Parts: sequence; structure tokens; C-alpha cells
Amino acid sequence: MSAIQFKDASRLFERDGKTFPALENVNLTVADKEFVALVGPSGCGKTTCLRMAAGFEVPTAGRVLVGGIQVPGPGPDRAVVFQQFALFPWKSVEDNIAFGLRNKNMPAEERRRRVSGVIKLMGLESYETAFPHQLSGGMQQRVAIARAYVLDPQVLLMDEPFGALDAQTRIVMQEELVRIARVNPRTVLFITHAVEEAVYLADRVAVMTRRPGRIKEILDVRAIRAAENWDRHERVEDVMDLESFVHLRTHIWRLLRDEKFALDG
Amino acid sequence: MDVNRSPLPSKVEAFFLGMAGLACFVAIWVAVSISGLVPRQFLPTPWEVALRTFNLLWEPFAGASLPVHLARSFERFASGFTLAAAVGVPLGLLMGWFRWLDDMITPVFDGLRFISPIAWVPFAALWFGTGLGGPILIIFSGAFPPGLINAYRGARFVDRTYIEAAQMLGTGNLRTIVQVLLPASFPAIVAGLRIGAGLGWQSLVGAELIVASAGVGYMMVQGQSNISTRTVMAGMIAIGVVGLVIDVALRQLEAFVRRRRGLR
Repeated sequence: MSAIQFKDASRLFERDGKTFPALENVNLTVADKEFVALVGPSGCGKTTCLRMAAGFEVPTAGRVLVGGIQVPGPGPDRAVVFQQFALFPWKSVEDNIAFGLRNKNMPAEERRRRVSGVIKLMGLESYETAFPHQLSGGMQQRVAIARAYVLDPQVLLMDEPFGALDAQTRIVMQEELVRIARVNPRTVLFITHAVEEAVYLADRVAVMTRRPGRIKEILDVRAIRAAENWDRHERVEDVMDLESFVHLRTHIWRLLRDEKFALDG
Repeated sequence: MDVNRSPLPSKVEAFFLGMAGLACFVAIWVAVSISGLVPRQFLPTPWEVALRTFNLLWEPFAGASLPVHLARSFERFASGFTLAAAVGVPLGLLMGWFRWLDDMITPVFDGLRFISPIAWVPFAALWFGTGLGGPILIIFSGAFPPGLINAYRGARFVDRTYIEAAQMLGTGNLRTIVQVLLPASFPAIVAGLRIGAGLGWQSLVGAELIVASAGVGYMMVQGQSNISTRTVMAGMIAIGVVGLVIDVALRQLEAFVRRRRGLR
């Protein structure tokens, strides 16, 4: 069963009384337990796609479905990881992670078990009682991912989650995400403007056009990853050195570059 | 940064500058008072006022000593202020969350809030006579608007991502208001309560003009009828000092809240 489906999803925006299209007939399907990265030039509407799947925005035409049902509004079955973390600064790490579970009438015992499980998974032990502002950006984003994971959501929506992190932290988090995805595979829609990140993390990479955004090309990374056995390398930089990786990355770069030139010309 | 101002004085310099200003003020006061330009009865010297204040700590005037008057005043202030906070803050948060409530209440609120606390005095007297209700209403009218406005603005302009995070975590209206809107607006709310406390305490004398039993305002009115300027001024000093103490206490609370939030 397809977890996320965009069916001719379009979105108009209004500014100063004028309407202009932000997204035009987006068609994309993210299968169950599949990790799809969405890349595109800035302002192409990739974040709008994610926000429609999250239920923060509605398509002006077409449909967005999750689990076969048209998205009714935001909800815990579609957990979001925001670029700016969006942790509650007045709550401890533990309470931030438990926040969503408290909305479900779950026995305290079960809740504690799940929170401590995800704290271990994300390597947040001994930070349980810390407040977000006492943590580094990378640690804060771990908390945000834990907060999403603990809900056991049908899909995970990640909006440039590593965009606000420094380069080193970013690499660590990418490796972490791959590790977690192996332990606990999820349906993920991952927005990024970093091509290498998309190729490294995703099963498939969807490339968008400039505004009004459409899906330009979808690349199946999974087949190449399996054929070239990327997984034998543990480190990001080793994978990124492989010829097949570089080839794929360059291909996507060219697609995006064409869009850039189209915009300039 | 205010680049146009002269160099910033150091902390020590600032302290001495403050002391110098205070000394100038007292010197002018003393000069006018002992020069005979104004009858001493209407402008006693600082030490006469200080002595009177000191005596009033034990010596009853208008039925009670100054601490007893202050305690009664503070009681009224605390009642009015607590009521204002208890109504203003939740109402402000709800107005910030529910647009329809905002549209419904804002015109009424805007119509009423420019009626100063003193302007409520005759009305309060008609309604409550000399009972506790009068001063509470007047202090309420001073403390309520800033509490409501700050809670409203805090809730209305809360970082959208907090709301979206709460929504995607499946949080209902009530829990969003209590667990997200309230703590997110807390620094703004405490700031509003501080302003409200100041206005409420300032409205106190007006409130106590219509109270016939006790209170600093009452003591001052009695002092005025007895042409005891010293008593009146002792009352003014007491009001100033207690007002400052309330403000400092709430300032500490505000700083504590901000520190805990990592806002320094």
C-alpha cells in the first residue's frame, strides 16, 4: 500500500491580491517503508509539498493522501521534523519526547518504556532532564527526531532537518539516520537542497523543477546502492567517493543546474 | 545601540551619579523648606518627614499605625490584582487562540480600557459604598488591561512552529492553550503583570479615598484634613517604597523566567 500519494496536487499562492502557482500537478508516490528525498531549486515548493502531507496546508487542486486517506489536517500519524527543531524550550528533553504520547491516553508505564527506548535509540541518555537551550543544535535535532519516532507514526516528514547544522554535525546525523532507518525502517519524505545528502539517504530521489514546482525526474538510488553495495561502507565520505555515487550526484546536479539556467535566462 | 549618546558610565560611576541626583533633590527640598518661602506646615524638612514616618511605625494615626494601614492596603491590592490576573491572563490567552472571541471582546475592551482607574471611583462608591468591593474594582481596572493585553499578544504572536509542532503531535485546544500558549507567552505575561501591578498599586490611593476604615490612602486623607503634611508625605513615601518592592520582586520573577528559558 502506498503511504504518501500526491495526485495532481497543485497549490496557488496569493500575494498583494495576485495569485501565482507554487506547485503544479505534482505526482509522487512514496511506498510503505520507503525513504524518498525531494530536492529542487530554492523556492520551488518542496516544503509546501511536505506541509500539505503534514496537513498544515491544503492543495488548491488535486489530492494528497496518506495511507489512502485524504489528509484531513495535522495529526500524530504524520510526524514532522522541522528545520528549526521546534522543541518546546520550557520542557525538558524527556517531556518534549513524551509530549505527543501524553495526547494519547496511554498507560504511564507504556509511555515511559517507549520514551526511554527512543532516548536510547537516539543516544540521548543522560540528557533526559536537560532543557533544549542547554543542548547543541545536533542534540536538539536528535530530540526532535526522537519526539517524532516515539509516536510510531505512519509516515515521517522531515523538512531540511539538518539544514541548520554545521557540516560535521550534519554528517554524523546523516549516518545516524541511516543507522536508525535500518533498525526501524519508516516511510519518510525528506526535503533537502543538499544533493549528496539526498543520494546518500534516500531509496529514491525526486527532483523538482523551479517554480511552479513539478516533479522533473525520479531516480531510483536503491537499485544502484544494492548493485554497487554501498552499504559495505560505514562512513559517509567513503560512500560519497564511490564512482556510482558521484555519477548519480552529478546527474542530479545537472538536472538542478538546468533549472537554474532556465530561471536566469 | 544608541550611538548618539555620550560614553556609558561604569557601574560605580552610575551609582555615584544616582546618589548625586538624590542629594540635589534633597538639597533643594531642604533649601525651600528652611528658607521660609513656603510655610513649614506645608513643606516640612526631610528629617521631619523621616521622623514622622518613623513614629508612625508604632504610633496610631487615623485608627492604626502605618504598618497596619499598609497591610490593609496591600490586602486590597492583592485581592484586586489577583482577580485581574486570574481573569485577564486566561481571557487574553483565549482571545489569542480563538479568533471569534477576539472579535467579540476587543471592541468592548477597547471601549473600557481608556477609563482610568480614578474615573471608576464615583461609580465604585455608588455600587459598593465603603465595602471591600470598591477598592478591588478600582485596582482591578488598573491591573486588568496590561495583564490581558500581554497575554493576548503573547498568545497571538507565539512562534508558529510551536503551534504546528503541537498540532502534529495531536494536541487538542485546551492542552495547546495550557501547555504551549501559556508557557510560550509566559515572559510576556509576567511583564504584563508587572505593569499591571504598578498601575494597580498606583490606583490604590484613589481607591482608598472612598474607604472609611483603614489603608494608606485613608491615612493620607485623614492627614490632609488635619493639615498634617508630614503624615501625608509619610504615606507617599510608604506607597513609593512598597511599590518599588513589588516591582523589584516581579522583576526578579521575570528575570528568573527568562533565565530558565535560556533567554538570559
